[in-house]
Parts: sequence; structure tokens; C-alpha cells
Amino acid sequence: MRADHPPRRIVGTLAGVAAATVVVCASLALLWLALLLAGLDATRALAALWNGSFGSGYALTSSTLVRATPLILTGLAVAVAFRAGVWNIGADGQLLIGAAAAAAVGLAWGGALGPAAIPLALAIGTLGGAAWAGIAAVLRTRFGVLEVISTIMLNFIALNLVGYLVRGPLQEPTHAYPQSSEIPTDMHLPAIVSGTRLHWGFVVAVAAAVALWWGLRSTAAGFRVRAVGANAEAARIAGQIDVPRTTTHVLLLSGALAGLAGAIELTGVTFALYENISPGYGYTAIAVALLAGLDSLGVIATGILFGALEAGALSMQREAAVPAVVVTVVEAALVLLLLALTRWRGGSTAILARFAGTNSAAPEDVS
Amino acid sequence: MTGGYALALEHIARRFGRVQALHDASLLVRPGTVHALRGENGAGKTTLLRIAFGLLRPDAGVVQVAGHPVILASPADAMRLGIGMVHQHFSAVPTMTVAENVALGNHGLYRAMEARSRVTEIAERVGFTLDPDARAGDLSIAAQQRLEIVKALARGARTLILDEPTAVLPPLDANELLAVLRHFADEGGAVVLITHKLPEALSAADDVTVLRRGRTVLAAQASATDVEALARAMIGGAPPPTLRPRPNLPGDVVLSAHELVLRDSRGAARVKGATLQVREREIVGLAGVDGAGQHELLLALAGRLAPISGTLHAPAAVGFVPEDRQRDALVLDFSLVENVALRGAGRAWGRLPWRSIRARTAALLEHYDIRVPQLDVPAAALSGGNQQKLILARELDGDPPPTALIVENPTRGLDIAGTASVHERLVAARDAGAAVVMYSSDLDEVLAIADRLIVMFDGLAHDVPLDRGAVGRAMLGLT
Repeated sequence: MRADHPPRRIVGTLAGVAAATVVVCASLALLWLALLLAGLDATRALAALWNGSFGSGYALTSSTLVRATPLILTGLAVAVAFRAGVWNIGADGQLLIGAAAAAAVGLAWGGALGPAAIPLALAIGTLGGAAWAGIAAVLRTRFGVLEVISTIMLNFIALNLVGYLVRGPLQEPTHAYPQSSEIPTDMHLPAIVSGTRLHWGFVVAVAAAVALWWGLRSTAAGFRVRAVGANAEAARIAGQIDVPRTTTHVLLLSGALAGLAGAIELTGVTFALYENISPGYGYTAIAVALLAGLDSLGVIATGILFGALEAGALSMQREAAVPAVVVTVVEAALVLLLLALTRWRGGSTAILARFAGTNSAAPEDVS
Repeated sequence: MTGGYALALEHIARRFGRVQALHDASLLVRPGTVHALRGENGAGKTTLLRIAFGLLRPDAGVVQVAGHPVILASPADAMRLGIGMVHQHFSAVPTMTVAENVALGNHGLYRAMEARSRVTEIAERVGFTLDPDARAGDLSIAAQQRLEIVKALARGARTLILDEPTAVLPPLDANELLAVLRHFADEGGAVVLITHKLPEALSAADDVTVLRRGRTVLAAQASATDVEALARAMIGGAPPPTLRPRPNLPGDVVLSAHELVLRDSRGAARVKGATLQVREREIVGLAGVDGAGQHELLLALAGRLAPISGTLHAPAAVGFVPEDRQRDALVLDFSLVENVALRGAGRAWGRLPWRSIRARTAALLEHYDIRVPQLDVPAAALSGGNQQKLILARELDGDPPPTALIVENPTRGLDIAGTASVHERLVAARDAGAAVVMYSSDLDEVLAIADRLIVMFDGLAHDVPLDRGAVGRAMLGLT
């Protein structure tokens, strides 16, 4: 830790970790109770949840971390936007556009690109996501359309656009399935450890989290993002910060991260474009970001946690005949408990407190 | 001996965490009197009155109402015993009428006619007018305050507590309010008044109690004391010397505006062709009634508002102290270090030098005598006075020092010592070569430290001699 680390942050982080741990345990307890009430073998189900997520090296690397990768990147996209008070609910759409853009490039020129194929696919996906978020940014700055509305709407447009692509221009040659052909192997992300499915996209996601954490904390641009999110008026008047410009940049960055998630999912996991390439990563990302207290490093942990839940859910379905969708109960309980806890603690994070409806105004003057 | 007191708080102690807000504070209010409570920021005035109104419980000490020891567990208890409070921030429901606001909290049926006649009757009794059918949100500040008083009286208040009631009022309305309170006391009620204005405390009150650092240091009849003695009791020493404008030698023009037209945030033209110049080494005082355009002019001079037309020449980095410090000057959730970093954040690039910003923050706290446990507390943890000092420190003490300084009501909410220190800083900045523009809604403050005066009237800037009468006429457009 460097000398200019405020100790308050360390204490705040510890309290945040403790709160998140409590919330996770309570949510799992709720799941156990719900399974018990439903007359299922709750203990066996939870054991399966563990086996399928952290229980073995293979489960961890090939299931949990693979699923965590897009959740970490979209979680970062949501976290950075929310930190600036920009309510980007459109990470899912931005991810789809990122995946579609990368697929288009791969199918058109993939074979001819050689070693440049992967970097190019990731760059194009990133730009695609940013461009999709850019639509919301233009609507916001030019026409005053609230991004919380426009980004949700753009999710549906993106979903239908991908649906059109996989039935039209990008459909596989036999025209039998609503999906694209596979991208050339030059464009497949290599595995970190051979024999597992864990690809280098996970490393990219963790690196993005560290870079974002450092940027928000140490750079002038990151400070502007935080200031605009905490008090836009003071940022404008005392800091002479161009608020619309800052929120536009944040929205573009947020879209870029989600787009990168899409390109990585395509080049690391699916290798072809499907209509349902995202099982709602961009929505789960909101829970991932909130549980992390919008902290970039925290998103790595909560992304892995949610990845583990989704991985474990499948094994729960296989081994204990418990429908995989019950983990959505855990996910929802996590967010609700967290908001309740935030409110109870009096709101340590201003933005979270805004969600919990806590007024984080100045404390009373003790005069 | 306390049998005769309408309200008696004796030897009250109260602690908030590590802060002992009250050590041994007493306040004895006789029926039929107006009682002024005075003290520096942080002396414990508000805490004491919150205890009197049941908002806080004392750690030690006795509260008596009409001679009987009582325990006030909530404002409801206090109201039942005839204690009413008018807060600094009003608490009416803006979309409801005056009569509805007064009836709010009553039990049983709401009878419109009865509620309206009750408002009229109470207002008449204390000697002011208040339209029972007006929407609370449409009322002027003075009328909102009257509504708060009627609300308290409608609940049967015999002792009225008012926290700085005249701070928000123009002089005429303030005088009227004091007359109303006097009338209420003459009828047998009791009034406790927190006021920052020394002469007001002496002329309007029968008794005066002064708190310093949580202790009662003076309790006397107003007729038996004077301004000097009060000031000495409050700050615990001789009163600070009054500032006199020193002969100064203005230099080159630093700020200049020609035919400036400015719109407010709602798009209404507020400044309609103002022309003015400010030179180095001078303090230009700005005066004007609310909405005459001074707010927008200050924002534009500080580079925070782009002109619609006209020309404006100002240096790149202007120190600016906005009026609303919690909204416009500070990020309350940020640490003191981050709040210091806010200045110039719009133009900074690359990594922020946190280590040196931290050192600079520590130096500012030291130079400006801002006492905090550590640098990493959020700005919200500071008292209002200390927040203002931090802002001034940040804006005045730039590196290099700002060539122009725009300040808007810089001493709002500060006590005597705090106000004096702000004035000294502004004069020192001028003497060091800065061009200073100061607006204050307190005309006396402007007259005390300005070298030259500009009055805004109807969006135009007028040069006016430093004379109270001339300024007053110019503010009303009577030239």
C-alpha cells in the first residue's frame, strides 16, 4: 500500500468485504431453506453446487472462471458507469453488438489475418460495444433522453439485430440453424492451461479490472468520473469539469468493456454467433457491480462468485435434480440483502445508498 | 428559584461520539421575555435547543418547564408542554395550503373552514397577516416563516424557540418579525432566539445568554450589558479589530466585461448588458437585491457561465467561492484531500500527484486553522464554518496565487472570529495583488471591506459611491 492510500478506504473495504460475505452466506442459507421447504434434498443440492463450482480444479477453471469472464467485464462496465452516475442498463446489448462485430470480422477476413486475428477481433468488439453505447450518449447529450431508458431499449434492438444477422447475412451456409459458421481457428483464444477450457480472456478481464481500479483512483480522468458521480454540481462549479463530456466518455468506456466481453465470449467460448450468446450477462452484471460496491477489484471477486453460482447451478440440476433457475433466487436475494444492509449501515457508498433510498446528505451540525 | 421560569435548562451536558458538545450549559427563560442565545459556531447553541425541544436527550442536567422537572423524549412531548420550535430550514408541505399545513398532524376530521379561521385568528393575535388559502410553496421566505410560527402556536406553544430567524430575512421583514415576537412575549409567552447579529440581540431581547465551548459564560439582562461585553464573552478575549479600507493603488485591469448578457439556468436573461472592470489590488464590492443578476455575473467572471453575448476577459484560473458550499463547492462524500484536488480537476491530465495534494491539504488546514482529527475524513464531517474555511483555503491559496478572486456570500454561517478571518484573508489577497470581487447579501459587510462598489439593478452594473444611502437607493433603482 502506498503512502497516499487513505486509511478510511482500507477500513471501508474491509467493512465492504465483511458485508458481502454476510450477504452471500445469508443468501445461501435462504436457498437451503427454500429447497428444504420445497421438499428437496437441500444438503445434497448445496453439495452439488459446491462440486460444480469450486469443488475441483476442473470445475473451477473450466466452468466457474470461464463463466466469470463476461460477468467481470460487464460488471466493470456497469460499475464504472454507476460510479459516474450514468445508469447504463444496456451492457447486455453492448455485449451482443461486440460479439456480432467480432464475428463479422472473423467470418469475413478471419483466415487471412494470421496473428493479428485475435487482437483485431477484440478491438472491433470493443469498438462495437462503445459505438452502441454511443447512441445512448448522443441521445442523452443532444436530446436529453435518459440513458436508463435508452440503454434498455437498445438491448432489445441489439437482440433483434443479432437475431436478424444469424438468420440472414451471417447465417451458416446450410441455412438450417439460426447461428453463424464457426470463426477460423486463428481467432480462437488459446487456453491458459491446456486441457481446460479456461482461455486468456479471463486474464484480459482481470487486467481490465486492475487498470480500471488504478485509473479511477490515480488519474485525473478517473477523479473526474468519481467527482461527477458524487456531486455533478460541485464537479462543474468548483472543479470546472465538463460534466456532459465526462458522462459521454464514461458511457463509451462502459460500452467498450461490455463489447470486449462479447468479443471474448465469441472468440473464447462459443466460436460462433448465436442469438442467445448472452444468457443475460449484462443484467447479472448489475448485481455483480452492486455487490462489489462498484469497486473494480471487488468486481473480480463478485464476478467469480456469480460465475460459480451459475456453474454450480448446472451441476445441481444434474446431480440433485434441482432446476438450475433456483440460483436466480440466490442472485436476487444477494442484491436485496445488500441494499437492505446498505440502508441499515446508513449508506457507506453514496451511489449504493441512492439505490437503497438512503439520503447520504451531510450529518447534522453538532453546534 | 426556578419556579418562575417558562423554560429552564440547568447544567446540561451532551456528548456526540468524541465531541463533547455541551459541558455545563444553562438557559433560564423568564415568561414574558425575549431571550437571545448567542455563541460562536460550535458553541453548542443548536444542541441545547434541540434538547429543549425533545430532539436530543441530555447526558446530564435538568430540564424544567413552568417549574416542573420534565423528561422530553420527543418533540411531541415538548409540544404537549407548550414548547414550539421554528427551524432554520422550514418544514411545510409545499403543495398544501397554509391552512392544511397548520392542520397537519391534528387528529379527527379536517374541517376546511375551521382550519382557515384558526390561521387567521392566530395571525391576528400575534399581529401579522397570512393568507390561509395560499399554497405553502408559493410563499415568500418571510411568509413561510410566519407559517412556521402559526404552526407552533396552533399546537398551543407558550414558549417559542427560533433558530436564526432573521438570517434569511431582508431588514424590513426582520424588524417586523422581531416586533411580532415582542408582542407575543408581552402577552405572556416566552421566546428563545438564536441570532448571530449582536446589535439585534441587544435591542430585541430582554435577557441574553452566551455559550462558549459548551458552557454558559454569560447570563444577563440585555440592559445590563453591551456589544463589547457580549463579543468578549463569545470569543473569550478582546473583539477582533474592525477592518478599515486601506488606501490602495489599483494596477492593471484583470477582469473586464463589456455589454455582457447572461442567462440563468432556466434560460431567463439576468444580466442585460453589464459593463465593468476590476483591477489588480482592489476589492470591488457587489450589491443588489435578489435576482438582480449578481449571481450570474459572478459565475461568468469566474469562468463558470458562458456569456450569450458581449465580451469577457478573465484569467484562466480564477479562485471562486460559490454561495451554496454544499452543492457547488464541495463533494461531501469525498475526503478533504480529494476536495482540495477538485480545484482545477477539469484541466488536469495524467496521474494526479496525490502525495503532494495531500501535503498541500495538510498545509492548508494548518494555515487556516481548520481543526480535524485526520485528513481522510469526508468533507461532510466538518462543521459548516470549517467547510467554508476549507473552500477559502483551496481557492485563495493556489499555487501560483490566483490573480482574480470571486467570492459570493463568503461569510455566510460563520461566527465573528470566522468572519473576521475571512475578511483578513480577502484583504491580504488584495494586498498581494489579486483582483477581488465580493458579493454579500449583508450590505454592511460589503461596505466594510470594499474599495469600490458596483450595484446590480435589473441586469445592469452601476458604479455607486461607498455610501449606505446611495447604495440602498441604487439597489432599488432610484438614482
